[in-house]
Amino acid sequence: MTLHSAKIGQPVSRIDGLAKVTGQARYAAEPHPAGMLYGFIVNSPIARGRIETIRDEAARAVPGVVEIMTHLNRPHSALFEKSYMDGLGVPGSPYRPLHDAEISFNGQPVAVVLAETFEAAREAAMLLEVDYERWPHNADFEASLHQKYMPSKTRSNYVPPKSRGNAAEAYALSPIKIEGRYHLAPEHHNPMEMHATTVIAEDDGTFTVWDKTQGPQAVQAYLTSALSLSKDQVRVRNPYVGGAFGSGLRAQHNVFLAALGAKMLKRSVRITLTRQQMFTHVFRPEAVMNIALGAQPDGTLQSMIVDGVTDTSRFEHNMENLVIWGLINYKCPNATADYKVAPRDTYTSSDMRAPGAATGVNLFEMAVDEMAYACNMDPLAFRLHNYSDIDAMHDMPLTSKALKEAMHEGAERFGWYNRPIAPKSMRDGKELIGWGMATGIWDAMFSPTSARATLIADGRLHIATAASDIGTGTYTILAQTASEAFGIPIEMIDIELGDSTLPECPTEGGSWTAASAGAAVWLACQSLREKLFKTLGKSGNISAWLTAGLSNNTTVLQDGFLQDKDADENLRLSLSEALSLTGQDRLEVEETAKPGLRGTISQMRKARFTHSAVFCEVRVDEELGIVRVTRLVNAVAAGRIMNPKTAASQVRGAMVMATGMALHEESLMDERVGRFMNHNFAEYHIPAHADIPDMDVLFVEEKDREVSPLGVKGVGEIGMCGTAAAIANAIFHATGQRHRSLPITPGN
Amino acid sequence: MRQFSYSRPDTLDTACHTPDHTRYLAGGTNLIDLMKSDVERPEHVVDLSALSMSQIEERPDGGLRLGALATNADTAAHPLVTERYPLLASAILAGASPQIRNRATNGGNLNQRTRCHYFYDPDMACNKRSPGTGCSAKGGRNRIMAILGTSDACIATFPSDMCVALAALNATVHLTGPEGERSVPLRDYHRLPEDTPWQDNILRTGEIVTSIDLPPLSFGSHHTYLKIRDRLSFAFAIVSVAAGLQMENNTIGKACIAMGGVGTKPWCVPEAEALLEGKTPSPSLFRDAAECLLQGAVTDRDNAAKLKLAPRVIIRALSQAAAGTPQSQTQKTIF
Ligand SMILES: Cc1cc2nc3c(=O)[nH]c(=O)nc-3n(C[C@H](O)[C@H](O)[C@H](O)COP(=O)(O)OP(=O)(O)OC[C@H]3O[C@@H](n4cnc5c(N)ncnc54)[C@H](O)[C@@H]3O)c2cc1C
Ligand code: SF4
Repeated sequence: MTLHSAKIGQPVSRIDGLAKVTGQARYAAEPHPAGMLYGFIVNSPIARGRIETIRDEAARAVPGVVEIMTHLNRPHSALFEKSYMDGLGVPGSPYRPLHDAEISFNGQPVAVVLAETFEAAREAAMLLEVDYERWPHNADFEASLHQKYMPSKTRSNYVPPKSRGNAAEAYALSPIKIEGRYHLAPEHHNPMEMHATTVIAEDDGTFTVWDKTQGPQAVQAYLTSALSLSKDQVRVRNPYVGGAFGSGLRAQHNVFLAALGAKMLKRSVRITLTRQQMFTHVFRPEAVMNIALGAQPDGTLQSMIVDGVTDTSRFEHNMENLVIWGLINYKCPNATADYKVAPRDTYTSSDMRAPGAATGVNLFEMAVDEMAYACNMDPLAFRLHNYSDIDAMHDMPLTSKALKEAMHEGAERFGWYNRPIAPKSMRDGKELIGWGMATGIWDAMFSPTSARATLIADGRLHIATAASDIGTGTYTILAQTASEAFGIPIEMIDIELGDSTLPECPTEGGSWTAASAGAAVWLACQSLREKLFKTLGKSGNISAWLTAGLSNNTTVLQDGFLQDKDADENLRLSLSEALSLTGQDRLEVEETAKPGLRGTISQMRKARFTHSAVFCEVRVDEELGIVRVTRLVNAVAAGRIMNPKTAASQVRGAMVMATGMALHEESLMDERVGRFMNHNFAEYHIPAHADIPDMDVLFVEEKDREVSPLGVKGVGEIGMCGTAAAIANAIFHATGQRHRSLPITPGN
Repeated sequence: MRQFSYSRPDTLDTACHTPDHTRYLAGGTNLIDLMKSDVERPEHVVDLSALSMSQIEERPDGGLRLGALATNADTAAHPLVTERYPLLASAILAGASPQIRNRATNGGNLNQRTRCHYFYDPDMACNKRSPGTGCSAKGGRNRIMAILGTSDACIATFPSDMCVALAALNATVHLTGPEGERSVPLRDYHRLPEDTPWQDNILRTGEIVTSIDLPPLSFGSHHTYLKIRDRLSFAFAIVSVAAGLQMENNTIGKACIAMGGVGTKPWCVPEAEALLEGKTPSPSLFRDAAECLLQGAVTDRDNAAKLKLAPRVIIRALSQAAAGTPQSQTQKTIF
């Protein structure tokens, strides 16, 4: 069998698929170092107060219990708050696990039981008695709105809204107006794999930390700083991650506590969170947006006024880019937006798949639908009428925006053009049928990233970068990239990811990995290829080079062989032969992909986004109000698609999640105690198979040579943006009823 | 999970002579979950699986006997059940997932505990779990709690689907205990919480459910199990209705109806059944039945939606039964 090089753009199946389905892929909770202890976290049942006494006799009496770590006996960790800042850079005072007696959120770890078995640790955790002094708290979002504020120091990725024209006046003068209060319930990330850490205490006193994270280097930096360790004492690995959706952006308390335990006892320690405990840390913030739109009778938008609030904790100021999306995406002479955060006594909300936009775009697109109806216009026509070719908020050109094409191709595929405008005009038996649409927008980001490419003796190509594949297909697209850039079949490539010792790569998130790590791998492979040719040319063994009938000028590297451009297949050198001719046992290069001078200038002068148009059909039982999503079409403009198979999977996955956002997912806060009460998968509903129809994902052609070195934009999050709104809008079209709060559950 | 002793007796007699603080283990889909969450803390776990109680057999009177250890999946797929009691098969298939039904038993289904969030969370006060601590669900997040049969002490829903059909079908539960055997109508098996919500049913210490009898009863195609839930599969009922009508010349003969998701036990109101009998099906008749079934309903902070939905679900279910078009559990359109 001849193996051929893969190309960027081919629908290559996941190269890590076999390892995953055969259980060879190892996740954070799977290494079994000798003598490992199991840690089980005890969580606070109160939202605010302090620990008065801890009675641990019964817990310590459980056979197998080695230690119970609390704020009273924990080993020394860094003194200053700023040492606990993690990569995400949320301003405020980061939570320091087991720091002192104070409780600032329900579910806060108050102790970790360390035992020889998981069962003993869990049983002892149940027997630990902790008395608290309770202080008043507020965990009610509506009540927290009275205390909303703008943090004085903002998150580094925060984009402040920018007003234009005079929105208030234009709104007052607009003949057609709509105004509404839109709301999104809090949601928990709930990746399939629960958060877990295994800290291996190595013989030389260093720690190898297997953690479920999206950024091994960020976790390494956090641990070294928070535990006052040096960089070479901590290596963090996350070769496989069972989903994360943003829950692995921050260093979660399990990694700190496991490392603290390992430091205390000088033994390996594993901590896994239970599904219930997955509801004790990050979540997508609850949000409210007041949106007022004004338009001319012909559907020309005159004014947009958006004010939005998301929740944060009392100790950190988590912020989202919530209110800007409509202002960027629509042409409208007058617009203003305001954003604040509302503090409550919970853990800090955090980024969840398409943070800010999943909420802000969907809620805004629901308002746009209302406006289209107020103008008696088809929602697609309305959007086309107010289409902006630029980033209208910053008045900046875009590197590309094939949204118009996405709208047309999506509409065509869906059959949108036959749609009767009037709501409640289609039915089948007892079901009303509705068609809704919305558009999506998300950042197209690029971050400097390094990668190493090594040609080794057996002729295999080894690629390494500290990127994380959280299930998105990073291994596969990087292998494709290397295959095309170097000229070697995928089968001869090994990709190594998820290790803090590898070349630098930013934390996976924001859909920038494909563009950034892809560019780094491309660069490294190209430069390795040049190095091979140069070294071959210089090496003394010219005769062998010629024996093979090859010359420096006409030789190409293709499908893993050095061969003459036009000569027959027998005249060729395998890569291992070629390497041995160089007299070296390996050839290696490391490269860093940067935007470059042109790219940097472009980043200052042009805005960059991914776009989409989503079309949805729902059927709603008229009497019972039961909603079924029966069709979803998503047309995505995301630059160059590296692998249509894994890319469509990403978009489909996000569409499932957005269906949950529209209809099912909701973390129910009992504000009396500050706890999310439906903390298990029986009662926190994510869509089941029956809830998901056939989904049609299409990528429209979008050539963009500026957005990133490979013309790639990333597709991990765009599927969230617009899909929930398309469903809500379809429900309106079916029933004539507006629902402005998500999720829309039976009986509402 | 706390330490416990484990035994697997092979006679019913040994099994029912057990020390205090014993729990019987059948499929374990509910018990083990609750033990892991520290809600159930048995000192002894007695595994029933060595007892021969998994039969599904015909009774001399033409009824059917379902062994307590027969799995939910086997029961729903058994030809005698699908032929004679399709209402029961449908209700079982409306519950849980294939994996869970493969493991879950009929006896376990009868004795499964509430899904009340607060019951499941040992950090929260709950009279059912820890008598006398109070009921956190009242005034709390109680969207899934009951609106019928509640008390000041407890408003938890009994979550089974299967039992709703068994109640509609007037099944009988057979028990064996240290003091011998007895039989109880299923409608009397589960208890209202009143001021002792920790007792879900009339089971006495040491008693074991051995089997469930279905009386000879046929509705032809005039039956349905209609379940409304938060997603289209694999969720507990918000409101469900099991209905069977014996139709003759467009007149209702015997009417059997029970509700799930709304009550602290499978909810039956004999007056509502009587009200239907001898009448011609009509929307107004079904409305009257709904009103009768829901009499005395009380809502709390989050569960008003149940009261809004319940009459509509009853009316639809009765229409389906009258028309002879039972709800499909795979086709998600509700006819
Ligand atoms: C995720 C999930 C979703 C579910 N969804 C649904 C649903 O939609 N609808 C639905 O109806 N159910 C649902 N269930 C519940 C499921 O039906 C029950 O867990 C199951 O029927 C219990 O049976 P088991 O044999 O596993 O019981 P076990 O867990 O073994 O026992 C449950 C209880 O019954 C007692 N017990 C068992 N057998 C006997 C006996 N013979 N005599 C006396 N006591 C006995 C045990 O001591 C224990 O207290 C769901 C469960 C899960 C986990
Ligand atoms: S409703 Fe019943 S089960 Fe739920 S908290 Fe109250 S007493 Fe406990």
